[in-house]
Amino acid sequence: MLQSNLAYKLPLTEEPAHVASKDAKLSFVHVVVAFFAFLIGILGGLLQGLARGGIIELPAWLGYYQILTAHGVLLALVFTTYLIFGFFFAGMSRTHGAFSDRLRKMGWAGFIITTIGTLMAASMIIANEASVLYTFYAPLQAHYIFYSGLALFVVGTWVAGAAIMAHYFQWKKEHPGEPTPLFGFMATATLILWVVAGLGVAATVLGQMLPWALGMTDEINVLLSRTLFWYFGHPLVYFWIMPAYMVWYLVIPKVIGGRLFSGSLARLAFILFLLFSIPVGFHHQLMEAGITEFWKYIQTVLTFVVVVPSLLTAFSIFATFEQTGREQGGKGLFSWIKKLPWGDVRFFAPFMGMLVFIPAGAGGLINASFQLNAVVHNTLWVVGHFHLTVGTTVILTFFGMAFWLIPVITGRRLTKSMNRSGMVTTWLWTIGMFLMSGAMHILGLFGAPRRTAYTTYQDHPQAMSWFEGIFASHITVAIGGVILTAAGILMFYNFIYLAWFAPKGETEFPMTPDPDDTPHTPALLENWKLWIGIAVVLILFAYTIPIYDMIVNAPPGSPAFNNLIR
Amino acid sequence: MHLHKYEKIWLTFGIGSLVLFLAVLGVAAFAFGQQPPSHMASVDSQNLEDTVFAEPGLDQINEDTYRARIVALTYGYSPDTIEIPAGSTVIFEVTSQDVVHSFTIPGTNVNMMITPGHVNMTEHTFTEPGEYLVICNEYCGTGHHYMQMKIEVTP
Ligand code: HEM
Ligand SMILES: [Cu+2]
Ligand SMILES: [Cu+2]
Repeated sequence: MLQSNLAYKLPLTEEPAHVASKDAKLSFVHVVVAFFAFLIGILGGLLQGLARGGIIELPAWLGYYQILTAHGVLLALVFTTYLIFGFFFAGMSRTHGAFSDRLRKMGWAGFIITTIGTLMAASMIIANEASVLYTFYAPLQAHYIFYSGLALFVVGTWVAGAAIMAHYFQWKKEHPGEPTPLFGFMATATLILWVVAGLGVAATVLGQMLPWALGMTDEINVLLSRTLFWYFGHPLVYFWIMPAYMVWYLVIPKVIGGRLFSGSLARLAFILFLLFSIPVGFHHQLMEAGITEFWKYIQTVLTFVVVVPSLLTAFSIFATFEQTGREQGGKGLFSWIKKLPWGDVRFFAPFMGMLVFIPAGAGGLINASFQLNAVVHNTLWVVGHFHLTVGTTVILTFFGMAFWLIPVITGRRLTKSMNRSGMVTTWLWTIGMFLMSGAMHILGLFGAPRRTAYTTYQDHPQAMSWFEGIFASHITVAIGGVILTAAGILMFYNFIYLAWFAPKGETEFPMTPDPDDTPHTPALLENWKLWIGIAVVLILFAYTIPIYDMIVNAPPGSPAFNNLIR
Repeated sequence: MHLHKYEKIWLTFGIGSLVLFLAVLGVAAFAFGQQPPSHMASVDSQNLEDTVFAEPGLDQINEDTYRARIVALTYGYSPDTIEIPAGSTVIFEVTSQDVVHSFTIPGTNVNMMITPGHVNMTEHTFTEPGEYLVICNEYCGTGHHYMQMKIEVTP
């Protein structure tokens, strides 16, 4: 395929851009919390894999579901969120100039509130008062401190998010008529998504669960709480993936020595993610009563619209690769591939993440396919699926990011040996995940349930077969888990070294030069009021009638069940 | 906004297959009735003894069709075994007396969520004789992994 793009005719100039040192500090504390949460989280994952496989027995004081709650909360919520905010604070400072003291203080306030919330929730998990898993489905009931912690966590991220968005809109005001920097545009789309989605979880936690856990109400509307949770839960996965896409769109082109293919397409893709990742939560509730087939199908159709921005992204990324490879002298159909920097962990780790996203995305299409969902719903297939998407695509992209972000904000350098260590980490993670996630997918097709401690169901032959397959076995899951844990510990070491021990020096925050279509950015794309308006209309369309129905035709509510989790 | 020629082809192909795919799902769902379990009936989960679930169990509807009313509870099902001859179709009507569970028969397409207050429904034809395992695949408390029942399909 031949690309006739003008990029090489423009000079690859670069403004001298730094992350202001005060902003770097704010970014750094986020990264530090993220990696400590990561370490504890993956050790939980190791124990789960070994325990489920029947290889070890957990001590009496440590419950399987307690660990699983910690694993889900620490990795899916804490690690991801903190790393994303660390990335955003540094990136905004780099692309939009230093934060004002007022906004930076707001960022710190957000960090502190979020961290208090995290510690509250974590202490309840440790005390075994909150083994409700990271989805905390009612009417299992956790301690009210757990719910308060979750609420603070969400509110804290809103405060920090508001600081970032205010910084972006200030830039926009100071540069009337100019297209905004891509980094700020994309971060803002991601944060608007996060705030709008967070309203759902805030509504169920503050409006339903907290009063109920405090004994102010006796009963809870279970279906409504699940619906509000998934109104949040699906966009949550886009909150993880969009920052990873930002690395792909904005950082990788620079790392490979080129320039992003098209800015307008990138903006369009992010707007589509914002619009179509919220009104779709029912695809997590396809198998439950109380929601009609009609509304499930409507949300299924809306779910599949995200295929469009995903295709846009795939095209942009590979077009950027090809364009760059050719500029550097790659000829013929494929030889440009050789020109890519395969030995550079900042490129290689995210690239492996992209590669994994191909089968992972295909699996996602299966999950959301309405009738097909019955085959995989709540089986290990699903666990295999999200260990590929968030657990590999997003995680490897973030690993790759860590190798420049941490030195940038600590004023250090990425050394050759650190780069090599990162390459080893990437390979180990990929191999471990191939085993663990591969086996989980197949076990799931055979019906093995997720979220289930070691059990043979009284030696039922079907359950026994889940331990006896050559590849499709809980044993393979455990072996994969051991390799993954090794990779994770190595990554933690990389983090410690880059944060405190690497040689001092200047490191570049890689950022693509403006794509050459930047001056032609359609003003429509920057019309946030319009996009938020459309997002709200879509949400109202998809949710109003079914939620009205859940409230008006609700069965008698459920009392608290808090003895079942101890 | 400029779209590259290959990008147009790529998007047209992608969006075209998407529309086709969704149409197939829609036709299967609404013309052929292949719907996910979405029953709308509700009950009072704390007073099941006043409902049709007071005496859960198997009813024969006609020669080879049965209705199984089942209550999911921590950590099991009531009744904990049902027996039917091979070739029977069973309509499952399941509800929960406490927290959220599932009613799942591994190796079949029977896999539905059981939320308290709601009755969920699905059906399955058991052609092969044998002992079928029913499990709960939604976390329901510390004994979740013990939750099971059996369906004996006699030759
Ligand atoms: C050393 C690496 C890891 C190992 C060995 C591991 C292992 C596992 C296992 C065995 C389970 C399933 C348990 C069950 O359903 O019974 C699980 C669940 C899960 N994992 Fe991981 N995992 C790892 C890393 C990650 C990462 C990096 C993430 C996300 C960023 C992640 C997110 C999750 C989530 C969200 C669940 C579901 C929790 C739930 O069902 O409530 N894991 N993990
Ligand atoms: Cu989803
Ligand atoms: Cu259960």
